[in-house]
Amino acid sequence: MTDVSLNEGLPNEAGFGDYVALLKPRVMSLVVFTALVGLLVAPMPVHPFIGFVSILCIAVGAGASGALNMWWDADIDAVMRRTAKRPIPAGKVQPEEALGLGVALSGFSVVLLWLATNWFAAALLAFTIFFYAVVYSMWLKRSTPQNIVIGGAAGAFPPMIGWAVATGGVSLESVLMFAVIFMWTPPHFWALALFMKSDYDDAGVPMLTVTHGRKATRAYILAYTVLLVPVAVGLAFTSVGGSIYGSVAVAANLWFLRGAVAIWRRDEVAAESDSYAVEKSVFKFSLLYLFVHFGALLIEAALRLGGAS
Amino acid sequence: MSFEKVEHELHHRRSGRNIGVLVALIGMVGIVFGLTVVKVLQLGDAAKFEKFDHVARPQILPETEQ
Repeated sequence: MTDVSLNEGLPNEAGFGDYVALLKPRVMSLVVFTALVGLLVAPMPVHPFIGFVSILCIAVGAGASGALNMWWDADIDAVMRRTAKRPIPAGKVQPEEALGLGVALSGFSVVLLWLATNWFAAALLAFTIFFYAVVYSMWLKRSTPQNIVIGGAAGAFPPMIGWAVATGGVSLESVLMFAVIFMWTPPHFWALALFMKSDYDDAGVPMLTVTHGRKATRAYILAYTVLLVPVAVGLAFTSVGGSIYGSVAVAANLWFLRGAVAIWRRDEVAAESDSYAVEKSVFKFSLLYLFVHFGALLIEAALRLGGAS
Repeated sequence: MSFEKVEHELHHRRSGRNIGVLVALIGMVGIVFGLTVVKVLQLGDAAKFEKFDHVARPQILPETEQ
C-alpha cells in the first residue's frame, strides 16, 4: 500500500460517528425505552447489571438491523433527499462494511443476550433482527403499501424481549405491550405521510398515500386507531396495569381517537387551507401517546414495588 | 537499523476512529468481566463452583473423621 492509496477519497473518509450513524441511534432510543419498561414491569426482578447488559444487547441488535437495512436500501436512500446524507449514499462507508457490521453486531448481541439471560429472549431478538432486515427491508418495503403495518412489528418486539429477559417466556401482558406499538405504528406513520412531502414515489417504494390515495389513508388511520383503543385500554386490566395506567390510557385514547376522527372527516382542500394543522397535531400527539402509556406502566411498577417493600 | 516511530498523517486522521474502537473494546471487556462476576456470585455457595475446577482440590472437600 502506498501513501497515494491511503490518501484517496480523503474528504469522504468515515469517522467513528459514521459507523454509529449506521445503527440509527434515534430509532434506538425508542427501542431502549420500551424494552426497559418491558423488563422493569415484569414480575421477576433482574440483577441491575444483567438488566443493563440486556438492554444494551437489545439496543445493539436493533442497531445491527438498522445497518443491514442501510446496506440493502442504499440504492433508494441515494434517491431520497431525507436519506441521501446517510453514510453509504454519502460515500463514507462501503455497503460491504455496513453488511459486515450488521451481521457481526447481530451475532454478538444475540449470543451475549443468550449468555446473560436466557435462550428465549435471545431467540426473540434474533427473530426481530430477521423480521426487520429480511421480512420488512428486503421483502415488504418495496412490494406492498401495507409495508409499514407489518414492518411495525419489528419496532413492537422490544418490550416483549425485555419481558422475556425477566420471565424467560411470553404472556398476555407482553403480547398486549407488543400490540400497543404494533397498532400505534400505522396511524402514527400515516399521519406524518399526509403532511410530509415525501420522495418515496421516486424511489419506487409504495406508500399508501400514493397507491390508495389520501382519502383512503385517512380512513385507514381511523380504522387502526379504533383497533388500537381496546388493546391499549385492555392492558389496564392485566397484572401490569392499574388505576393510574387505566386513567392515562382512557384519556390518551379518547384524545387520539378524536384526532383520528377529525383526520377522517377532513378532505384535502380543508387540510391544505390550514397547512395540515390537524394531521400535524395528531402526529405530535402520537409521540406523546406511546411515551405516556409506557411511562404509566413504569409508575404502576414502581408503586407495586413500593407497596411490596 | 533504527526503530524510530514514524508519525504519519494517517495516525492523526484516524485517531477518532481508533479511540472509538478502543473505547468499544474496553467496554466489551468490562461487560464480559462484570457478567462473569455477577453470574458467579449468583451461584450462591462459591465452593460448589470451585469443585468444577477439573483439578483435585482436597482442601475444599468437607472434613471427614479418620
